[in-house]
Amino acid sequence: MARDRSPAELVGAAPEDPFEISFDGRTLTALPGQSVAAALWSAGILAWRTTRHGGRARGAFCGIGQCYDCLATINDRPNRRACLVPARPGDTITTQEGHGHAGLAV
Amino acid sequence: MVGAACAYYAARSGLHVTVIDRGPVAGGTTGAGEGNLLVSDKEPGPELDLALLSTRLWRTLSGALPPRIEYEAKGGLVVASGEAGMAALRDFAERQERAGVKTEEVTGDRLHDLEPHLAQGLAGGFHYPQDAQVQPALAAAHLLRAAGEQASGRARLRLRLGEKVTGVLKGANGEVRGVRTVSGDLHAPYVVNAAGTWGAEVARLADVHLPVLPRRGFVLVTEPLPRVVRRKVYAADYVADVASGSAALQTSAVVEGTPAGPVLIGASRERVGFDRTLSVEVLRRLAAQATRLFPMLADVRAIRTYAGFRPYLPDHLPAIGPDPRVPGLLHACGHEGAGIGLAPATGLIVAGILTGEELPLDIDPFRPDRFGGAR
Ligand SMILES: Cc1cc2nc3c(=O)[nH]c(=O)nc-3n(C[C@H](O)[C@H](O)[C@H](O)COP(=O)(O)OP(=O)(O)OC[C@H]3O[C@@H](n4cnc5c(N)ncnc54)[C@H](O)[C@@H]3O)c2cc1C
Ligand code: FES
Repeated sequence: MARDRSPAELVGAAPEDPFEISFDGRTLTALPGQSVAAALWSAGILAWRTTRHGGRARGAFCGIGQCYDCLATINDRPNRRACLVPARPGDTITTQEGHGHAGLAV
Repeated sequence: MVGAACAYYAARSGLHVTVIDRGPVAGGTTGAGEGNLLVSDKEPGPELDLALLSTRLWRTLSGALPPRIEYEAKGGLVVASGEAGMAALRDFAERQERAGVKTEEVTGDRLHDLEPHLAQGLAGGFHYPQDAQVQPALAAAHLLRAAGEQASGRARLRLRLGEKVTGVLKGANGEVRGVRTVSGDLHAPYVVNAAGTWGAEVARLADVHLPVLPRRGFVLVTEPLPRVVRRKVYAADYVADVASGSAALQTSAVVEGTPAGPVLIGASRERVGFDRTLSVEVLRRLAAQATRLFPMLADVRAIRTYAGFRPYLPDHLPAIGPDPRVPGLLHACGHEGAGIGLAPATGLIVAGILTGEELPLDIDPFRPDRFGGAR
């Protein structure tokens, strides 16, 4: 029953047309107004970062921009909070490894 | 940090020590600054002598304390943008060499071997292999722990935190008999004033004048990065800022990486009392100077900032030693922007005075009564 319905159905939302984003090369659909984290969750993806020490998997935790657990690399910029960044058509999200700045190491 | 070092060396000498702090360990300026252990920024003179001794002591301590204090003998690099700056650095380094500092001139074309991300077009710099770094809060805590451990058996070290000193007890001849705290009286033949920026207040409790003032500094913290800056790197103007007696704002960025990942960009200097208000102007200047040294930092995010109050004395030298005005009272405060670096030498000297040992250097320049005034 109710538990089979999506949040959009529960509130009777009539969102505009979905669009495509990609996650680690995989194509996903997102709805206008959805955060990147919400779009990833909708696709069943729960983890999109590994920790700096130990490489453990991380995704959204607080969902409201406070915990910084949900950091992701979005359009080549690391450390973006996926729970706050609205998904936009064509966004490329990649799993962030550690601090996401490995290329800068000297 | 300074109090912890005094406790460490005093306990090692076999003395019974009680450390009293109104707050937690490293709750003062020690927890609000950086942990550069520098000789590179110091003019030849008493402070440099103290720094050179401390450099050796820190190296020994790094072996005795756990790796968690993040001691790194990483070296410093001071750079100049033009030939005039380079000439000034060369002159400075030559004088430091005579005082026992190791320096190496680095030509402009070799700077990038040392620091690959440094800006292009700099004239050159000087490398100071003796410069090092610790994490100050951890260093202070572990030094206190080590002080307690080496004092084991006869329980020579006690730590009383969250207890404010409200008075200095004196005997009939004006000599120190201990301190009064919010929890009662504690009797002791010697009291060491290691209250940092609040050293003037504690001195006042003993009816002596010691004009320690706060000199504010902001530090800008970046997001965690891999090692992008290998040493501590700063521009030649920094030395002039450190030595300045002006109350006005001075900024000259010192850039350093940390084992935890963030790059620290410090620090500003201004005398504005104990005002904690965030200054966007200061942060903007620090950020601009840091990105001038390391252009890649422009694409890195600053995630936070913090401020602390350096314990400043008008002649930029700390007050270390017995106060002739009050027998039994010693001071170990006023180390301004170098208290982490200078702490071990200060502690060793204080312990030496308390036990009547020969001191490693002349402490006359640090005389606590040099500013005159009874109060
Ligand atoms: C931004 C900034 C950057 C810095 N960078 C460096 C650096 O790179 N290298 C370096 O060497 N130094 C640096 N410093 C300076 C350094 O932090 C200080 O010199 C040093 O921390 C002073 O140590 P302290 O033990 O004397 O003082 P504090 O750490 O302030 O300790 C004094 C203690 O006394 C306690 N106290 C005060 N009054 C009372 C009372 N009445 N009763 C009981 N307890 C009391 C306080 O609670 C405090 O814990 C920096 C400072 C700042 C602000
Ligand atoms: S989930 Fe906590 S900040 Fe994004």
